[in-house]
Amino acid sequence: MQYDAGSYDVIVIGAGHAGSEAGLAAARVGAKTLMITINLDMVAFMPCNPSVGGPAKGIVVREIDALGGEMGKNIDKTYIQMRMLNTAKGPAVRALRAQADKFLYQQEMKKTIENEPNLTLLQGMVEELIVEDDVCTGVITKTGAVYRAKTVVITTGTFLRGEIILGDLKYSSGPNNQQPSIRLSEHLQELGFDLVRFKTGTPPRINSHTIDYSKTEIQPGDKEHRAFSYETTKFITDQLPCWLTYTNEETHKIIDDNLHRSPMYSGMIKGTGPRYCPSIEDKIVRFNDKPRHQIFLEPEGRNTQEVYVQGLSTSLPEEVQHKILRSIPGLEKSEMMRAGYAIEYDSIVPTQLWPTLETKKLKNLYTAGQINGTSGYEEAAGQGLMAGINAGLKAIGKEELILSRADAYIGVLIDDLVTKGTNEPYRLLTSRAEYRLLLRHDNADLRLTEFGHKIGLIKEDRYQSFCLKKAAVEAEKARLQSIFIKPTEQVQQIVTEGGGSELKDGIRASDLLKRPEMSYSHINQLIPSEIELDDDVTEQVEIQIKYEGYIEKSLQQVDRLKKMENKKIPVNIDYDAISGLATEARQKLKQVLPLSIAQASRISGVNPADVSILLVYLEQGKIARVEG
Amino acid sequence: MEFDTITAISTPMGEGAIAIVRISGDDAYQIADSIYRGPGNKRLEDADSHTIHYGHLVNPKTEETVEEVMVSIMKGPKTFTREDVVEINCHGGIVSVNRVLQLVLSRGARLAEPGEFTKRAFLNGRIDLSQAEAVMDLIRAKTDKAMNVALGQMEGRLSQLIRRLRQEILQTLAQVEVNIDYPEYDDVEEMTHRLFLEKAYFVKTEIEKILNTSEQGKILRDGLSTVIIGRPNVGKSSLLNSLVHENKAIVTDIPGTTRDVIEEYVNVRGVPLKLVDTAGIRETEDIVERIGVERSRAVLKEADLILLVLNNSAELTHEDELLFEAIEGMDVIVIINKTDLPRKIDLDQVKQIGAKQIVSTSLLEDQGIDDLEEAIASLFFKGSLELGDLTYVSNARHIALLGQALQAIESSIEAIEAGIPIDLVQIDFTKAWELLGEIIGESVQDGLINQLFSQFCLGK
Repeated sequence: MQYDAGSYDVIVIGAGHAGSEAGLAAARVGAKTLMITINLDMVAFMPCNPSVGGPAKGIVVREIDALGGEMGKNIDKTYIQMRMLNTAKGPAVRALRAQADKFLYQQEMKKTIENEPNLTLLQGMVEELIVEDDVCTGVITKTGAVYRAKTVVITTGTFLRGEIILGDLKYSSGPNNQQPSIRLSEHLQELGFDLVRFKTGTPPRINSHTIDYSKTEIQPGDKEHRAFSYETTKFITDQLPCWLTYTNEETHKIIDDNLHRSPMYSGMIKGTGPRYCPSIEDKIVRFNDKPRHQIFLEPEGRNTQEVYVQGLSTSLPEEVQHKILRSIPGLEKSEMMRAGYAIEYDSIVPTQLWPTLETKKLKNLYTAGQINGTSGYEEAAGQGLMAGINAGLKAIGKEELILSRADAYIGVLIDDLVTKGTNEPYRLLTSRAEYRLLLRHDNADLRLTEFGHKIGLIKEDRYQSFCLKKAAVEAEKARLQSIFIKPTEQVQQIVTEGGGSELKDGIRASDLLKRPEMSYSHINQLIPSEIELDDDVTEQVEIQIKYEGYIEKSLQQVDRLKKMENKKIPVNIDYDAISGLATEARQKLKQVLPLSIAQASRISGVNPADVSILLVYLEQGKIARVEG
Repeated sequence: MEFDTITAISTPMGEGAIAIVRISGDDAYQIADSIYRGPGNKRLEDADSHTIHYGHLVNPKTEETVEEVMVSIMKGPKTFTREDVVEINCHGGIVSVNRVLQLVLSRGARLAEPGEFTKRAFLNGRIDLSQAEAVMDLIRAKTDKAMNVALGQMEGRLSQLIRRLRQEILQTLAQVEVNIDYPEYDDVEEMTHRLFLEKAYFVKTEIEKILNTSEQGKILRDGLSTVIIGRPNVGKSSLLNSLVHENKAIVTDIPGTTRDVIEEYVNVRGVPLKLVDTAGIRETEDIVERIGVERSRAVLKEADLILLVLNNSAELTHEDELLFEAIEGMDVIVIINKTDLPRKIDLDQVKQIGAKQIVSTSLLEDQGIDDLEEAIASLFFKGSLELGDLTYVSNARHIALLGQALQAIESSIEAIEAGIPIDLVQIDFTKAWELLGEIIGESVQDGLINQLFSQFCLGK
């Protein structure tokens, strides 16, 4: 029996990393929002590694925070360890990574959701969407509850027709033996969506008491205080270390001997797995000359003995997993508490989405996270945030927000998905960003706070302090550009101590800072600032001045991109009417329906000549209108 | 104006007395002014539109003269593209025109795509609606043609060379990327500045090698720029006449339209020689005096081959020594003429002073010309080089792209040496890879990421 259960502005299906951000964002932009999830104990659950951040991903978390999302704040409250990676490299690739207490992480996120005004959290399984005239207007649950909404966001993760594979065992299941969502997947197919089957996996968990840590290397967190959120002021000082050990020839032999029992090679797994997250059996087969592989032991939390065995993702039979573990130094007597497994699931072909993450097929329906073919908590959260923002804004009648590739990694991620699609679970890498130097960890606030403030996710007090910081950076840059430093003895000493050559002439302070051996603190020593500046201000000054040349080059490229982005393509364009387009280009354009010439030019199979022809065609229409 | 500034060689490739490099866009004047040096320090910016100006192009870093030119300037919108247009008229021939193009590119213009000037003309409203279809056809046709030409050229060794080079760059890039995206994986060697520098130098040398083949292309197309020098009355004119008469001149007496040099083309055993400044030789016979003059030095400097004529019947003079000094380090064939007269010249002294290759002739008695021709041919083909086997780039677009790739590599080398972090150094390295990709028409997309995962064992 169906019954009318109420109506909302926005309904979010799912409450994982995408769903949590989507629900909170929609509610915070001012839309009355409902979140429905299969199991309330699984809110913001981490089914795989207990960690947040890392290269590219960590920057996404910063971006989420700068836009007013929750992931950064949540991990800042619940980490057991925090490390800045790539500190020896350039500023663009520095990245923060936290080890999470995954249980605390869940609790904290659930608490935030529960306490959010305008947001309702419910347990239930959505089985169907209500669709009227190609517009999604609500959802129906397994128990017959009918919820109406102006917009709907689907964030089902790996639950869609999920199947766990472990050795020769295969059964219908969501991650971690949760109930899968089967009917919704069928329903999406009935509605005409193209679905693909992807695969991912997770390693075993072992009991910390049974690990001999003396045979492993310690991997401690940073001593410095680190945080993802620009709002965080309290830091967790009691950090837990991770541990490093290695596989060896014996491990590899065990795997080799049992390869025929691996569902990867027996043909039982049909879904496409990610190349960047191969199972251990995959690594042994593809890189059989490597004598050993790294294994990181990561605690899953403070109040648990479960330890995540990073590097050992596998779907080999449970019995073989025991043997593998015991061949590894430090794990000889380890007890496996949960076995590793592979999971297959449905996701939708993401070229069916607009850059707002709304589906092209059904109006007012958005999808975000693993359902869009990505992998990773951060990728999911970034999309969830954007889908939530846009579903919320649309529901309350405001203009939606699209981030460009030059604004954020989130922009890169979404553009890649909707423009190029993906034939494996998509992971962000720094090399996917062509303006990497502009999309830095340190400047996420400078890039995105304005957007966050405009849509109402960044509150006034935070915005004010952001404006102060921005002004301070500009003022200090101007100061360094205006002061001329003479080659005094003190200056020469500082320069040569840093390994540089002596100054021949006087030099502008900002130019002196550009020398590799000079840092902001050197400069400040010579010409002290009258006011005490925050570290994040001086860091910003240093980076902006030091890398000015490269930043300038990138900005010029961005200028060109913006020009192309400003050349809009009408949604109702008839590609069949354009003579001269190559057949492949025509097909791709019809499928992707790019919104701008810039987006069109990124579609694979659309070459520069096709883009030119498209430009000419668009211009022809303009001329025709003027003349007509 | 909403477009960037583009440039291309606008005259057909191949032999022609004059070639035109066209620049169109907002920065056209600014770019031209940065490399143009006219009489009285005149600036094109200040000159009337639709006028033509004599002057030189220089490399603004060194103020070294690159080319003597006539520059037409046209302010938009009364131009083909409706944008500001500058057309640089320079000497025909692939090398000189390419040098000009490179110079313009180095000042910030972008190499135009096939048909792009026409496209702009349309987009800026110069061409009316009825012509739109034609423009689209043109773009398609030009692109296809360019592709065919490119493919034709790219078959075989050259494309292989470039592919190999790109793969080399890609592996380096992948290693940098893996260090960035997987900083904790210890089975990947850290790409250090030293390692990167090695790679960068390797790539630089390889690109230079390929570009050098364009010099061989130049020899085949433009002729080997050859200068005959020597004191008065040693037989320079006779030598010239012998070379011209023995070998039918390909082209005779082309008075340059923009410079007063007279060039003669002769083909010596498959080596086309361009005899430069022969007018000077014939008219004045005072090359010795003129050695001191800047202009003559410049002529010498540009020469690929020097024929230095000495008098067998006279001792070496101070003037001869000066000549040897002036041509030090160049490819020189020393001709000891007038062997019909008693020898007074000291051969050992000639060798000591720097002559490596010596040919004796009596031009009066028509002797020794064969030896000279043999010497010329062997000097440039080293006996091993066969014409049919030459791999050389001659497509202007390819040379331009290679030149840009080389520049990118050079900036990355500079950056490494300045201690810039490796992920920034890589920006220019990546650019080189993309530019080389444009030559062989390989798309950029996903190449790096594929490389990353096939080269390294990564994952959790």
